[in-house]
Amino acid sequence: MIAEALTLSAVLFAIGVIGVLTRRNAIIVFMCVELMLNAVNLSFVALSKLYGATGQVFVIFVMTVAAAEAAVGLAIIISIFRHQESVNLKDINLLRG
Amino acid sequence: MQNEFLPLLYSFHFYLFGLIAIAAALAFVTRKSPVAAAMWLVVTMFALAALYVMMDAQFIGVMQVLVYAGAIMVVFLFVVMLLNLGHPSEISDMRGKWGRIFGGFVGLALLAEVLTLTRNPMDLRLIVPAIPASVNATGGIIGNVAGSLFHDYLLAFELTSVLLLIAIAGAVVLGKKRNANS
Repeated sequence: MIAEALTLSAVLFAIGVIGVLTRRNAIIVFMCVELMLNAVNLSFVALSKLYGATGQVFVIFVMTVAAAEAAVGLAIIISIFRHQESVNLKDINLLRG
Repeated sequence: MQNEFLPLLYSFHFYLFGLIAIAAALAFVTRKSPVAAAMWLVVTMFALAALYVMMDAQFIGVMQVLVYAGAIMVVFLFVVMLLNLGHPSEISDMRGKWGRIFGGFVGLALLAEVLTLTRNPMDLRLIVPAIPASVNATGGIIGNVAGSLFHDYLLAFELTSVLLLIAIAGAVVLGKKRNANS
């Protein structure tokens, strides 16, 4: 069962990577990052069945970091939207030089 | 496990929720509308919460529903509503043909790599250091997590509060509307 959970985690992570690479909407890219964090959480929980409750502690830390990241990232997106009137990553090329 | 059908039922539901998670994740990546994508991601998170409960991590399952599906996704939907992005735009936000092929290729290559790493017969102790599972019989389900969280990782736990404080301050500063003349 742990092997199946790790496989599911790998599949979800790969789906998240595909989403980050193929989408241009900044909010959807952010949600793909959340999906990848969820996949990592799944493998933490699966391995915590083998190695004790430490994995679940780290899941709590990952959730905290995800919440902080969502707050700051969405604030950045709102701030960019005020300047560019768009959340398309094609339009956000200020640092491209 | 008194009933002999219980393991069968267990694995049936395990695969069921796993398939729901994968299907919802695929739907999430392919939806055009951000609201529909967020809803499918919520479905994925609920399926993952069910899997957590099945893997004896009930507390994490509850946290998953409360924090991820309840709080973080609401913030995402709130931003979508605030910026009025709910309707799918006329021009697709997908990358072009070569971009999509490249993304799919990289994703599948990563999947193959991770799967070989998971499947190979290498000793797991080379990847994961062997920590003796100190299962406290009297601690219960949450007691084990709390004992580890508030004893072994107390410093990290306290630093997490500093991280959240910084995130709150950063979000307020970034989201504040600046005056045009300043």
